[in-house]
Order: sequence, then C-alpha cells, then structure tokens
Amino acid sequence: MSTGIRIEGLKKRYGEGDTAVDALKGVDMYVAPGEVVGLIGPSGSGKSTLLKCLGAVIEPTSGRMTLGDEVIYDNGWKIKDLRALRRDKIGFVFQAPYLIPFLDVTDNVALLPMLAGVPNGIARKRAVELLGALDIAHRAAGMPSQISGGEQQRVSIARALVNRPPVILADEPTAPLDSARALTVIQILHEMAHRYETAIIVVTHDEKIIPTFKRIYHIRDGKTVEEVGEGRVITGAEHG
Amino acid sequence: MISLAGRDIQHDWGKYVFTGIGLGLLIGVTLTMAGVYRGMVDDGKALLDNSGAELWVVQKETLGPYAEPSSLNDDAYRSILAVQGVSQAANVTYLTMQVRSAERDVRAMVVGIASGEAGTPGWPSYLVAGRQITRSHYEAVADVAAGFALGDRVRIRRHHYTVVGLTRRMVSSGGDPMVFIPLKDAQEAQFLKDNDAVLQSRRRTSENPAFNRASVPGLLDAVITSQSRNPYVNAVLVRLQPGYASDDVAGSIERWQRLTVYTRPEMEGILIGKLIATSAKQIGMFLVILAVVSAAIVAFIIYTMTLGKIREIAVLKLIGTRNRTIASMIMQQALGLGLIGFAVGKIAASFWAPFFPKYVLLVPSDTIAGFFAVVVICMLASLIAIRAALRVDPADAIGG
Repeated sequence: MSTGIRIEGLKKRYGEGDTAVDALKGVDMYVAPGEVVGLIGPSGSGKSTLLKCLGAVIEPTSGRMTLGDEVIYDNGWKIKDLRALRRDKIGFVFQAPYLIPFLDVTDNVALLPMLAGVPNGIARKRAVELLGALDIAHRAAGMPSQISGGEQQRVSIARALVNRPPVILADEPTAPLDSARALTVIQILHEMAHRYETAIIVVTHDEKIIPTFKRIYHIRDGKTVEEVGEGRVITGAEHG
Repeated sequence: MISLAGRDIQHDWGKYVFTGIGLGLLIGVTLTMAGVYRGMVDDGKALLDNSGAELWVVQKETLGPYAEPSSLNDDAYRSILAVQGVSQAANVTYLTMQVRSAERDVRAMVVGIASGEAGTPGWPSYLVAGRQITRSHYEAVADVAAGFALGDRVRIRRHHYTVVGLTRRMVSSGGDPMVFIPLKDAQEAQFLKDNDAVLQSRRRTSENPAFNRASVPGLLDAVITSQSRNPYVNAVLVRLQPGYASDDVAGSIERWQRLTVYTRPEMEGILIGKLIATSAKQIGMFLVILAVVSAAIVAFIIYTMTLGKIREIAVLKLIGTRNRTIASMIMQQALGLGLIGFAVGKIAASFWAPFFPKYVLLVPSDTIAGFFAVVVICMLASLIAIRAALRVDPADAIGG
C-alpha cells in the first residue's frame, strides 16, 4: 500500500567552512497518494535543491525521506541503486518536455519500462494505453517535433506515469504553455494523481494554476511553510 | 530494449550518412595510399619477374642495375656462360628516358635486349598484341601503359623505332612502362652523342699528340673508332640449369669473374629495402597522418553529436538509463560512422585506383587491416564523447 512521500528535517548544505551555504534548513513535507501539492517560492529559495534531493540526484546533508513504504534516506541513502530508484519509483515532468527527439511518442513513453527490462511489446502496449488515457493516442506514432507543445507535455506526463511511480516531481510543467493549455496540463496531473494513486509535487510560479492545489508548500530561505490552497476545480470552458 | 543509436541515426540519417561519406573519402585516400605502396612493391617484383633471371651479374661493388649504375663489358656473358650451372646468360641495358611519339612523349624505361628468341632473359615474357622483335634494329615492343599502338613510330634519341608488339605489366620499379629495343640500339642510345659533340671529340683526339703520331699510322683511327662505340651493358641476366642452387652459382661467378652477383631475394631486398625505402617511409608517414586525421575527425564528429544531445543524455540518466547504455549508444554511432566510411572508402578507392598513372594495388589483407583499424580508431575516438556523456549530471535535466 503506497503511503506517498514524507520528508522530515531535510537539510542540504553546499560547500564547507566559511563558504558553506545552507540551501535547505530542515524541510518537512508530506504528500499523500493521489494528492497534488504545489511548491512555490522565490528564486534561490531552495525549490530546485529540494527537487533534486527528492529526485535522488543530489544527496541531502541530513534528514529523512520515505517513499511509499520505503525509507530511502535517513542521514544517508538507504538505497544502493539510485538509478533504479529514479526509474521505478519517481516520475519526472520538466519545465520543457525534454522528449527524446529521435524516438517516436510511443517509444518516448515506453523507454522507461524497457529500461526496467519489460519486453518491448508489453512496454509499448502500456505506453499506448497511457497515451489513450491522456487523449493523445492519435499521436502515438508521431515524432516529438511533429506535435504541439501541449501534446509534448502530455507525453512527458505519460512518461512520468508509465512505471506507476508512487511520486511524480513536476518542475514548472506549465511554464512554456499558454493559460488554457497550462490549465489542461494541471488538470491532467490532478486526474492522473487520482487515477493512479500517485503523489505529485508541482514546483510552480504560475499564478493561474496555484488555485488548483488543495495544499501548497511555500519555501523560503530553505524552510517550508504549509498553506491550505483553494483546490479549485477547472471547468471545461477553461481547457485549451 | 530498442537501439537508441539506431533510432538516433534513423532520425537524422541524411546528416549521418553524408558525414559517413565524407569520412569515407578520407578512408578511401588512406586505402589508396596503402595501394600506392603495394603497387610500388609489386612493380619492383614485376620488374624482377619479367626479367626472367635467377641471377643478376653487375659491375663489382655496385647495387646495379636498378638501384645504381652498373657497367660491364658486353662480352662478359661469354665467360659467365662457361660457369658450371649457368643455363642462359644475356646482356641487358636499362635506360629511363623520355620516349617520343608524334606530339607526345612518355617517361619509359628503355630496355636493350640481346638477340635471341622469346624466353631469352630480359625479353618480354608475353605479348598482348603483335610480335616479338625479329630485326636487329629499329623495332620496339612497348608496355600498353605507354599508350603506344602497333605500328606507331617512336623516337629514342636520334632514331625512330616501329612498335611491333605490346606487352602488359612490364614496368620499372618506379612504375614507368618498359620499351624493349635491340641491345645494339640501346647501347648506342645510352652513349650516342650529337654530331657537333662527335666532331669536337674527334678534333680533340686528333690534336692530341699522344694519339696522332706520324710514326704510328692507324693509331688515330683506332682511338676514334673506340670512342665511337659502346661495348658496355648494365647487367648480365642469368638463368640456371635445373638442380643448381643460385647461391652456389653466384659464388662461382663472383669468385672467377670478379663481378658482383645478386640472387632473387637479394635483388628484392635492394629494390624494396633500398630503392623504394624512402618512398615507403613517405607513404607510411602519410598513412599515420591520415589515420590520426581520420581519428580526430571521427572523434570531433561524435563529440559534436554528443554535445548536441547533452540535455537528452541528462534526461536519460535522470530517468534511470544505465551509463553503459549511453556509452554503447555513442560507441555504436561511432562504429556505424566508421562502417559507412569504410564501405564508401573501399568503393571509392576501388573506383579511382585504375585512374592513377602508377599502379595502385588494393590487396585484401590491407582492406581487412584497414577495416579493423577503422573499428579501433572509431572505438578510441568515441571515448572522448563517452567521457563527456558520462560526466553529464542528471541534475542538469532539472535545472535550477
């Protein structure tokens, strides 16, 4: 049974001695399965550092992180294979879609299960199903350069979801999109979180999508403050 | 697992293939350079094969007749014939010069062959058209590479010769086509002076009181006559009787005739080890430079291609792609480039080799060695790009 992601007292210090910088000064955070929370804060507040720690690409200085039922960090990594952790347990959605330009849409999504050893046929079937759930099955055979920015972002969401990770980290996923498409993407994230019981953390500056979160973490000077959001439901008329 | 390298190539195959073709032309030049060297060696061996000799008797302490000038009296062959184990001995002269025909002239090695019949050492071993020389003067057999046709009139020094036969692959160690003429004509051609020079020479001799003595009638005429003829040849080509070892017969000739004799292996050593050694080193240097340039180009191309995918590589690493998968992708692309380049290079070299003025011999062993060299070069060249790719931080995909 997935229990989302829990972060307790997470600290990250860059450098040593007089030049040391404390980017995170004891972050506490919890995101339940099926929940989408916003993470907002000014530039240099530690958002990216937190995301990198959660994404297991940099090592925190201290603290504790639990992913699903598993403690992945407790004053040191508890997982040996961080690459497999990122592949199987964490989904990533970036500011730009960053699709692999030489793979078609299906294989962009199917690549993750293939990397995990899933046979190509099964991986592609899973990818096509997910693309269908995101209403872009008709683009399955296209190349990333042949589809719109909004469709590319949907593909990147499908890629993040395809291995059914307990958590997805979304780094300003609506930044390059216009208002309508941004709302569509954030609604998709809400739907997918609900459908697949995935905890999603969305780092954003986008004022349009902030009201859609029920909970928001403000990060400032390396610390988080939790706030209750509006949790506004997006109507059909607002979609792109 | 899908082939990331294959998909990347397929995605931008035009650029990839054209890059491979460009590299292929460079590889073609490299293979051709190797072919030029092989052609020089083969020309040297052809020269020895075509002479039909087993021993080369030359002036004492010279490396003649191909690597150094050599001069023997043209009656030396008679005493060589008397040596036990000698089956045939024939005079021969070699003179590299311009042979003129109508409006053009050709660089050729003029070979003076002793009278006799086909099979005599020094004679062209086979003809592709016409007949062998049957007259004592003014007939020639030419290699087809000289571009002469049967019946052509060619000029060697002051005399004209009619081409009566054509042969093939009869070339000097420098690749110049051979033109065979009768020995007497060749001896004359080597030493023939113009009329003014002859006149001056006679005047000098007649004014020399040592030669123009009233008390010795006929001395001046004898001296002038001796100055007007050339009794020398460059070598005597020897063929052995069955059952005689070339070293033994060579030893006998050297001991009794006071001449230098070379066996086939020794002559090969002179031709390949001395005559074309500098050219071989020159070509070797070119090959090394071309190999380094090819490696640098492959490395540069693959490195540039990799740098163009840094963001994608960061994403691939972030989503859990193994380092060896990324390294394999880059190495496969480098090898693919090398394979395209090699195929294009081989085809290009085979296509343009016949158009070279000198013989270019593309041997399978060089092709195989070239293939493995290309594979190794591409693998080594890809290491720089692989190193760059493996240093990409997956965190770069997140930004911040």
